[in-house]
Amino acid sequence: MAEITKEELMTSAPKKKEPDKAPKLTGKIVKPKIVRGAAGHNKPYTAKPELMEKLGFPGQLVDNWQEAAIRKMGELLEKYKSLQVYMDICVRCGACTDKCQYFLSTKDPNNMPVGRAELFRKVYRRYFTREGKILGKIAGAVDFDLELLAEWYSYFHQCSQCRRCSVFCPYGIDTAEISMAAREIMDSIGLGEKYVVEVLGKVHDIGNNLGMNPKALENALEFVEEEIEEETGIPVKLPLDVEDAEVLLVTPSADFFASPHMESLVGYAKVFHQAGINWTFSTKASEAGNFGMFIGNYGQMKKVASRINDAIHELRPKRLVVGECGHAWRVAYQFWNTLIGPFDTLNPKYPRPQHIVEFTLDLINRGALVIDKSANDEFTVTFHDSCNVARATRMGDKPGGQFELPRELIKAVANNYVEMDAETIKAKTFCCGGGGGLLTDEIMEVRINGAMPRMQALHNVMETHGVNFMALICAICKAQFTAVFPKYGVPREVAGGIHQLVGRALVLGAKE
Amino acid sequence: MNGISLFYIAFAYVAVAIFIIGFLARVWKYAKTPSPLNITLTPGPTSTTGVVYRMVQEVGFFKSLFYSNRIIWLGGYIMHLGLALVLIKHFRFFFTPAPASLAWITTFEAYAGFIFLAPLLFLFALRLITDRTYYISLITDYGILALLMLIAATGILTKYYVRTDIIDVKAFVMGIVSFSPAAMPMDFIFILHFTLVMLLLIYFPFSKLMHAGGIFFSPTRNQADDPREVRHVTPWAVKG
Repeated sequence: MAEITKEELMTSAPKKKEPDKAPKLTGKIVKPKIVRGAAGHNKPYTAKPELMEKLGFPGQLVDNWQEAAIRKMGELLEKYKSLQVYMDICVRCGACTDKCQYFLSTKDPNNMPVGRAELFRKVYRRYFTREGKILGKIAGAVDFDLELLAEWYSYFHQCSQCRRCSVFCPYGIDTAEISMAAREIMDSIGLGEKYVVEVLGKVHDIGNNLGMNPKALENALEFVEEEIEEETGIPVKLPLDVEDAEVLLVTPSADFFASPHMESLVGYAKVFHQAGINWTFSTKASEAGNFGMFIGNYGQMKKVASRINDAIHELRPKRLVVGECGHAWRVAYQFWNTLIGPFDTLNPKYPRPQHIVEFTLDLINRGALVIDKSANDEFTVTFHDSCNVARATRMGDKPGGQFELPRELIKAVANNYVEMDAETIKAKTFCCGGGGGLLTDEIMEVRINGAMPRMQALHNVMETHGVNFMALICAICKAQFTAVFPKYGVPREVAGGIHQLVGRALVLGAKE
Repeated sequence: MNGISLFYIAFAYVAVAIFIIGFLARVWKYAKTPSPLNITLTPGPTSTTGVVYRMVQEVGFFKSLFYSNRIIWLGGYIMHLGLALVLIKHFRFFFTPAPASLAWITTFEAYAGFIFLAPLLFLFALRLITDRTYYISLITDYGILALLMLIAATGILTKYYVRTDIIDVKAFVMGIVSFSPAAMPMDFIFILHFTLVMLLLIYFPFSKLMHAGGIFFSPTRNQADDPREVRHVTPWAVKG
């Protein structure tokens, strides 16, 4: 990489190579020959000083950034076993090199999981290991200079922290952990990503990622109520801030606003209505997402999560259910108990927290809902396992429930179901390409590329089985696919939520 | 006893001490560094017994690597198998009489060195052939393979070609083990073999070879998938 200046590093406008063009859909995922630096021009906008400072980070790249970054790295190595162990034990066997969606599409070797991790390791070895201090470049130990920092900023924002590489690593090395640490270090020296920093600011100020104030939220819920009543003639309620309800539903704020997310919101509402369960949303907990995870900042993650705890104490619900969102379900399933638990006030008879898919499927299995599957007969459905749900969470009691339960639910509400290529689903699923804080338009090229393996697998089943609906359980997947589908020539409507299908098939008022 | 023997005996003690202390210090660091959150890779075992089973599959069979890349698995697995055979074979130098439970090793006696050396060559070639692994390989990655190949090759030579006197070697090694030094066999290939092994021991704790200890501390594989049932608590994470 050519010499660069601090100013160039901090400038917002990414250098564009060519207009965002999608790879050809052939149905095949081929292992490419590497092309060095092919994706090095990609970088998201850097965050504005005032927004950085609001989160407690320096406004811009500090003068002694190198020293500060190394100090921060040392601190993180003491705090995270994952980081310390994963720095040391990679043998560069190569097993992960062809597993990342961003590498498969961009061909850039720094997008191979080990290539990405080595950007971090070469600094680690230089400043924290005897091997690196004595052997230097021979052992792959390199000074942390501006050029390398620029590479960090570019390539650690071409990782969606989807953990696919970890599945294939003989030691389970998780690049997500390394990319989180890298972003934490960059934030700590004043080099933050605009998109994530802005979203976190909105959560703190207003309460959700989309920045919907309580009034807007109320209006959105009323709007959905009217829509449902218009369509079905039945007054289905979407309650807000109801005290002592049976269930508090925490869902990504995109569900209140975006398309096709709102269709799933309709689905949730119909399920609660028909099951006769007293439920509520909360203005305080109007966001299930937690972008604190994306930047590896424990304090931010805890602060965002604490809004859920506040809502539980204010509203005193008996159960906590989480809507369709991948990374949110990871934070909820794996981290909430640590961050804001124990959930002593919630009913221990139910999982704390419970996923909406677990919740709805349980009702269906107990015969609490009347379903007309034929309502979805126009669809041939396939299911995209969200990366975070697949590899960082569970549903139900058994390992792998996170794969089985969503499929059971889809098959319970739709007649036509087709599976995509086995190499691209369940634990081996590919990320949608927009996860991990990459869902921002200035890196559309990264997002289009990241979606490529999933698009190939989807293309296959569309061609061979006439699939016309890819069911999703993640707000980011929904936003990402509706944005990249047109680039690949696939209609937007092919992307939708599982509860969109549920909502269509659920027969309202039929139960006595 | 000559000067060379004295030098090598001292060298051996220093190398073994660096290896043991260095290895333990590293493992101690892994053990005491906190894991603030449950980050187990799912689907995963929900109990500690399940975690042990998962670990056995990984350490004993390189399960993930098997499903990831059969070619690398083949090279890596056979290499480690060969290494295990070679190590077991060497036990006889450390015990008098040699343990009867290891009598089976004589079946592999003739091939063990080759079972170790051949996959090392294979892995070395693999690094060069695939553009992706060529890109990520460090000089030290080749260096370690080369060092192990030299150790294997000199070991094979002492056995088949120059025929170092095994009784002398055993006396020398037993002398070191029992702290009553005996003279070193003055055989160039053996001395070279011995020197390389000592260098390997010294380098071990400072290198990627620590994967041998580190694999047990990988949080994505050594945690149970039970975060909803068990509150995962580490001091800094609960305060922070």
